[in-house]
Amino acid sequence: MTIRVTPREETTQGFRTLVLVGSLFAGLIAVGIVFAVRGVNPLLAVWSIFRGSFGSAYGIKETITKAVPLILIGSGLALAYRAKFWNIGAESQLLLGAVFATWVGLTWGPHLPGWLIIPLMFIAGFIGGALWGTIPAILKIRFGINEVISTLMLNYVAAEIVKYLVVGPWKGETKFGYPYTDDLPDQAILRLLPLSRISPALVVLAVVLALVLTYIIFRTRFGYEIRVIGESPEAARYAGIDFFKTLLITMVISGGIAGIAGVGELSAIHHNLSYPETISAGYGFTAIIVAWLGKLNPAFVILSGLFFAGIIVGGDAIQMTLGLPAVTVSVFNGFLLVFLIAGDYLLYHRVKLVREHA
Amino acid sequence: MDIVVNILVRTVVAGTPLLLATLGEIVTERSGILNLGVEGMMSVGAVTGFIVTFTSGSPWLGMLVATLVGAAFSSIHAFVTITLRANQVVSGLALTMLGLGISGLWGKPYIGRPLPVKMEAAPIPLLSEIPVLGRVFFSHDPYVYLSIVLGVTMWFALRYTRAGITLRSTGENPRAVESQGANVGLIKYVSVMIGGAFAGMAGAHLSTAYSRSWIEGMTSGRGWIVIALTIFALWEPSRAFLGAYVFGGVFVLQFVLQPLGISPNILAMLPYLMTVAILLVYGLTKQGKRRMAAPQTLGEAYIRGSR
Repeated sequence: MTIRVTPREETTQGFRTLVLVGSLFAGLIAVGIVFAVRGVNPLLAVWSIFRGSFGSAYGIKETITKAVPLILIGSGLALAYRAKFWNIGAESQLLLGAVFATWVGLTWGPHLPGWLIIPLMFIAGFIGGALWGTIPAILKIRFGINEVISTLMLNYVAAEIVKYLVVGPWKGETKFGYPYTDDLPDQAILRLLPLSRISPALVVLAVVLALVLTYIIFRTRFGYEIRVIGESPEAARYAGIDFFKTLLITMVISGGIAGIAGVGELSAIHHNLSYPETISAGYGFTAIIVAWLGKLNPAFVILSGLFFAGIIVGGDAIQMTLGLPAVTVSVFNGFLLVFLIAGDYLLYHRVKLVREHA
Repeated sequence: MDIVVNILVRTVVAGTPLLLATLGEIVTERSGILNLGVEGMMSVGAVTGFIVTFTSGSPWLGMLVATLVGAAFSSIHAFVTITLRANQVVSGLALTMLGLGISGLWGKPYIGRPLPVKMEAAPIPLLSEIPVLGRVFFSHDPYVYLSIVLGVTMWFALRYTRAGITLRSTGENPRAVESQGANVGLIKYVSVMIGGAFAGMAGAHLSTAYSRSWIEGMTSGRGWIVIALTIFALWEPSRAFLGAYVFGGVFVLQFVLQPLGISPNILAMLPYLMTVAILLVYGLTKQGKRRMAAPQTLGEAYIRGSR
């Protein structure tokens, strides 16, 4: 018996779906093995995760709440990754968005009505995320610095900036020495559905932005240029595409949307700026897989965002019931991502077991 | 004077995990495979090194197992990127997430339980009595000596041995290597796993020699700094020494400057800002930009027999 591999020319939609589902399933089995080694019944663990996220009204509401930042950031990352610009810094772009919005909300919030201050905070958040996102773009194009490294390093820098602000100059006067800023005034806080943490306005914003980005990627000249840069830089250079301008705009959008996600977390959920790990539960990193699972198509990112939000919520649930650390979710993320990219192999190759006759 | 020597001593210790992991990543990248999973591999090495030392009471066994587990863990990346020819950037990120997750899961029962025995300093007789140099280089734990020996060996091997030259050619021109009858896939597999082994050992240094406890996320971005150091080193082991010790110094500097009243948060940014700054030094000149050029085929999938 040997394995014979031949190139595959075409695939049907059904086959692609089958590979996707198969990859996710294989990923879950791998996760199960890790649980088993730890002495946790893997079926129970995986079952608890999905029951925690999709098995109750509370779970579903929390899943939607956490899907919002994932869809926003994942859509922006899909855009950047189409250009093969590996933005790993969405976590810090989110934080800078929250920082800018906090400043606007605390400074102008008390003097302005809600219909004005909330949009202003979102604009400020977009600018914050966009500024932080364009630094690696400039470093890459002008100075040849690998963007994976620069975006990652800026993650650590941004986290320290936020910590510095909340223990130092921005520490709230009403917070008894805790590392939070003061709460935003009421008019700067987004309305929520009763008995939930879902802001309808944010949900609409996330879905609309995802659809707009889908349109940009597949239907505009700018989106076309991004894809050419990603798929064939040589061709892009030959066609006279302006790399600097295109990548800069890409990162303004990608970073800016992550900034918007930060404003959402601030205004709808937390109401004040606090430690970075409180503001974002690693959304910037999880969104990388969300974008990948969504095949770098923001419309699909809406679905993959919901799926991974479910894993985060379920992960919180098993922390309590099975006494596992929060970082367990990373095991899920890592394995699912490995199997997703491994599964792509089947899309381009036919793998057959053949019996050899002597 | 004593303070300066003291800082230098701590610099070498802090630089050692960076040196080990950078040496490993140099081998991996020389073969044309980019492995961004260093942070994850180090973390897995740190937790296995810690657990084995904790249960067996032998830090040497901890080092050995962490090294082997690091290599085994990196074989995931090897399989996905070499056999399945998947995207190396994404696979490396996945490896990091996986490594941080697995180490957090396995290490949880050990949080807050310091090791009864750690890898103690073993001053080298005679050499350690040389003024200044003796304390800076020859009065450390065995990892430090091992990293120096491995670094020098690697420098020699890459430059003067047949295996080293084959490895370098694999990243530059795999077709030529294959036409000489070598197995390119195998070379890449071995290189990735050497990288994993070094990262695993670097992790064990953090948890069983540099400190004596397991803390979740204790690699704190060192794996990513290693990726940058590999570029800074221009894929040469000799320059890896320089880079690793400079960064070791930056880590130590945080603690030295703290009493001066500078915010600890600002100081904590130093290593990360330095990483960008150090690459910027190359990027500012045209010549530097050219030198930053990676091995020709770094990051590309290799398809046997194709052109």
